[in-house]
Amino acid sequence: MSHEVVEKNVGLMAVLIIAVISVAGLVQIVPLLFATETTQPHEGVEPYAPLEFAGRDIYVREGCYSCHSQMIRPFRAETERYGHYSLAGEFVYDRPFQWGSKRTGPDLARVGGRYSDLWHYVHMMNPRDVVPESNMPAYPWLADREVNGERVARAMRAQQRWLGVPYTDEQIQNAPSDLEGKTEMDAIIAYLQGLGTAVQHNR
Amino acid sequence: MSSAWNWYIGIIAVANILACVWLIRWTAKKRPGEGAAHETTGHEWDGLTELNNPMPRWWLWLFYITIVFGLIYLVLYPSFGSYPGLLGWSQYSAWEEEVEATEERVAPLFAEYAQIPVAELAENDEAMQTGRRLFGNNCAVCHGADGGGRPGFPDLTNNKWNWGGDPEQLHASILNGRSGVMPALGGALGEQGVTEVSAYVFSLTGRDAPDDLVRRGRQRFEQQCVACHGADASGNTALGAPNLNTPENWIYGTSLEAIRTTIRDGRHGVMPGQEEFLGEDRVHLLTAYVYSLSEEARAREVNGASDD
Repeated sequence: MSHEVVEKNVGLMAVLIIAVISVAGLVQIVPLLFATETTQPHEGVEPYAPLEFAGRDIYVREGCYSCHSQMIRPFRAETERYGHYSLAGEFVYDRPFQWGSKRTGPDLARVGGRYSDLWHYVHMMNPRDVVPESNMPAYPWLADREVNGERVARAMRAQQRWLGVPYTDEQIQNAPSDLEGKTEMDAIIAYLQGLGTAVQHNR
Repeated sequence: MSSAWNWYIGIIAVANILACVWLIRWTAKKRPGEGAAHETTGHEWDGLTELNNPMPRWWLWLFYITIVFGLIYLVLYPSFGSYPGLLGWSQYSAWEEEVEATEERVAPLFAEYAQIPVAELAENDEAMQTGRRLFGNNCAVCHGADGGGRPGFPDLTNNKWNWGGDPEQLHASILNGRSGVMPALGGALGEQGVTEVSAYVFSLTGRDAPDDLVRRGRQRFEQQCVACHGADASGNTALGAPNLNTPENWIYGTSLEAIRTTIRDGRHGVMPGQEEFLGEDRVHLLTAYVYSLSEEARAREVNGASDD
């Protein structure tokens, strides 16, 4: 086959280009879709409870991922500050995952339990009240807005049905009553307080 | 990963490299009918012609060197799925080595500090410099870079402690954390009761409040509050119940409104334990640093007491 044949047949060229650029994907991506490490939850990792589930959606809605990563890399300086490096099995219920690519603020992969609920509340209302040099925006409206329990139940149902997240029907049915009277602030604090707590970091 | 995937990855990777070798040899080969060096391809565009020189040898060799490098890399480093590589390197082993090397260097220092009693260690300038960095990384987010606190997060410099300021008590607070609960009494007291108790507590710090409110508030206080705060309202460090006679212990604020909110809605203060993150030795050093923060206040109190 002469090179001229490829140059003069656009369809053939497209097929060959796809074949060439697929090689890396076939080697790097395809096996990950089937590997246990990436598809099975890490020990202790549970699907998000309704309040955390709602909080996660708020996290995404407010674009927290623009400034906060959720991915502790296996470097000493990172594990010294944030705790045990992130494991693939911790993200199986994150759709989409919130690894992020930029740290204007600190990494949040293991922020759960590091600060009190009150700290998170004050910090969301006005970050400068607890960290004077912070440049994070305030999110005071979260305290005024109530979580829509019906919507959360529908989203949980969709994840159960189409993405195989092991919610029980009971959990989904109870979601609206569980979320009765909860504010978006309650939800996002519950979400943050659960982040990364399945893996212990012991010195 | 199952061995089928290892084979899958290995075969594609090797086949890809072999394909590169074939592609280079195929394109570098001189084909019959092709011109020699400095001859043209035969195409002509408005008098412009294209030379048909072969690729320079050094360039070609770079491709071959890259392929050899790739093959050596595949053998030495993790490749082909779960094949670990001859060097046994992984990003986690690299991390472990880095952590161990640092721990080897600093652990003896922390262990040495851990042998020194807190009060003595607090006088060691070098140790306190390390302590300040630990504090900045782990404590300043809530307590402030200077340890001065914020509403809801105790001031560590004034030597007023709700859970006790002895080295042992400080150490326990940092290592295991604390969880202080002030129950919501709005339901039990009613709005009028909240007003009365607030007035009484307000008056404890020498501030003026209406006498009849204070009197009735005191009666309610004796029924509802003494179990934790004590009959003389001096608190209980075992429960984290603040001494109500000193406004510095009121970490949620000293205004009447703050007092009312505390009594009506309760408070739940949480200090997260640091054992998991820092370990015993670093906590010991932090204890000494926190102890040193209130040194001036302690000295003032001692002097004040001797003046009396």
